[in-house]
Amino acid sequence: MSVRAAEGGKHNVLHPGDIVVLPVDLAMAQDSTGPLAIKVIREMGIKKLWDPSRVHLVIDHTYPAADEKVANLHNLIREFVREMGCRLVEGSISHQHLLESHVVPGMILFGADSHTCQGGAVGAFATGVGSSDMAAIWATGKIWAKVPESVNVNLTGKLGKGVFARDIVSHFIGMVGEDGGNYRSIEWKGPAVKTLSISSRACISNNSMECGCKLSVFEVDEATRDYFKKVNRKPLMEVHAGPKANYVKEYTIDLDELQPQVAEPGHVDQVKTVDELEGQHVDQAFIGSSTNGRIEDLVVSAQILKGHHVKPGTRCIVTPASRLVFEEAITTGLAETFLEAGAVFTNATCGACVGTHLGVLGENEICISSSPRNYVGRMGASSAQIYLASPATAAASAIEGKITDPRKYL
Amino acid sequence: MSNTTTRLPRLLRGRAWVWPDDVNTDIIIPFRFKARTNDPVEMAKYAMYGFDPEFYKKVHKGDIFVAGRNFGGGSSREQAPVAIKYSGVSAVIAESFARIFYRNSFAIGLPALEVPGITKKVSQFDEVEVDMENWAVRTVKDGQVHKATKVPDFLMELVKEGGLVEYYRQHHSFPWEKLEKLPVAR
Repeated sequence: MSVRAAEGGKHNVLHPGDIVVLPVDLAMAQDSTGPLAIKVIREMGIKKLWDPSRVHLVIDHTYPAADEKVANLHNLIREFVREMGCRLVEGSISHQHLLESHVVPGMILFGADSHTCQGGAVGAFATGVGSSDMAAIWATGKIWAKVPESVNVNLTGKLGKGVFARDIVSHFIGMVGEDGGNYRSIEWKGPAVKTLSISSRACISNNSMECGCKLSVFEVDEATRDYFKKVNRKPLMEVHAGPKANYVKEYTIDLDELQPQVAEPGHVDQVKTVDELEGQHVDQAFIGSSTNGRIEDLVVSAQILKGHHVKPGTRCIVTPASRLVFEEAITTGLAETFLEAGAVFTNATCGACVGTHLGVLGENEICISSSPRNYVGRMGASSAQIYLASPATAAASAIEGKITDPRKYL
Repeated sequence: MSNTTTRLPRLLRGRAWVWPDDVNTDIIIPFRFKARTNDPVEMAKYAMYGFDPEFYKKVHKGDIFVAGRNFGGGSSREQAPVAIKYSGVSAVIAESFARIFYRNSFAIGLPALEVPGITKKVSQFDEVEVDMENWAVRTVKDGQVHKATKVPDFLMELVKEGGLVEYYRQHHSFPWEKLEKLPVAR
C-alpha cells in the first residue's frame, strides 16, 4: 500500500492511521450499487468522468433481470454507460471478470462492492467503498483512504483430501471473529502459499471480507507471474513486505490439521468442523458465488456428484462466477455431470447468494452454501437458515440431503 | 442524497433504539429490496427489516440508534445508511462500526459516532443528545457526556454539510482534495 500511496500523496513513509489520497487505476460498480452512484453523480451536476476507460459497470447481481424493477435499474446503467462512454460488462460476476481480464499486481482498484478485496489475491490494492465514494472516484480518479494496520497469517503444511481454500479462510474467520479484520490489511504468507492456485487465493482474498478487512493480500510469486504470462497482462508493480514490516497480530494455520469447515446460520464466525454438524437436514445446496464459483470449484463438485444423484426433495444449484467459467464448464463436460446428477446449472450471477433470483429461500428453509454470507434474510426469508461450506461439502450434502463430509465421496 | 438536506444542526436529540453487536447490512436492508429501487424514501420502508419489518412505522423522526460492536458489517450497500437516515433516524452511535458502513455514513451525511461502552449507558428509548461541535454524546437521564472517537476534520466538515452531494454542490470539490496539499493528515 505504502508504495502506491506515496505516489499519490508524495510521502515516502506512511504509518497506520495516516490519511492519504489515492490515485485509482480502476473503479467498478455493479447493478446494485451503480444505480445509486449514478444518481449521486447526477445530483452533483457532474457531466464527465475522469477517465471513462477506467470506469467499469458490471451487471451481475440480478442478471438477467428477474423482474421489471431490476430491468429498469439495469437500463439506467446502460443509458449512463452510453452517455459517459465507460465500460459495461453483463453476465459475469465483477470480481471474477476483473481477475480474468483487468486486475494486475500493484493496481489500485476500488469497487462499490465489499468483495472487491479479492484483487489482493494477485497483489493488487483492492477494496470496497459505497456508491457516493464511487461517484467521487468517477469524477476525479481519486479517493481518501486510511493506511491500515497489517496482520500476518502464516500458512504451513498441505491441505488434505476434501479440504480446500474455503476451509482455510472459514477457519480464519472463526478464529478472529466477524470484525477481527476490521480496517486491517491481511497478508497471507508462509510455505503453503505456493501450493495454492490463483483461484484458491482469490477465494481466500474474497472471503476475507467476512472478518471486515480492508485488504487481503498475497505477495506476487512464481504462480502469480506465470498466471499473468498466461493471460498476457503486464503487472504494474510487485509489492512486497519489507524486512521491517510491522504486524499488529500474527497467526499460523497448519493446513495438515485442517478439517472441512462449516459456519452455522446467522454469523460467519460461528465455524465448526463438518463432523460436528454432519446429519443436519438441508433443503438446498448452493455451489457458486464470487467466493467459490470458479472452475476448480466446479471440477471438484462434479467429481463428487458424478455417478450420484441429488437426494429427491433436495435442490442443488450450481452457478458459475463468470461467462468464461460457464463456457468451460460446458465444453469440459462438467455441466453435463451436474445435469445428470439432477442439479440446476445456471448462468453466471450473484443470484442465490444475495437472495435476488435463481435459488431464493422460503420460510424456514435450510441451505448449505458455498457463498460468503449466512446472515438473516441473506438468501431470502428471514427465517431461512444458511450453513456455509466449501463447494465440495455442499455437493456431498446435496447427494444426501443433509450436511455430509465430502471426503466420503473423494 | 436529497435536494432538501441542509447543514445539520449543532445538537441532535432523540429516543434511542438499542441494537446488539454485529448488526450487518443484510439485516439493515435485505438485498432483494434495496436492489429494486433507487428512491431513498422507498428504501426507508425496509430499514431494519431483518429485525422488524414494521420498524419504519414505529420509528419517530429524530430517533437515534445506539448499537454494539461492528455495526453495519458485510455488504458495501450505501442503501443501509440511506434507509436508516430516510426512516427518520438522525444519528447512529455504536461501540464500533464496520469500515464501509462508517465511510458511507459520512458520505451521505448520517452522523456516525464511535463511542466505546455506550451500550452499557443507554436503554431502549432513553433520550440521548448528539453534540456535533464536540463530537460527543450526552445521556439525558444522568447528564453524562461521552466523547466519541475523533475523526479527521475533513470528515467532520463532510458530515456537517450533509454528505458528498451537498458538499460538492457548495464547494465544487471533494473535502479530501485539500489534503493533497498538506503533509500527512492524521
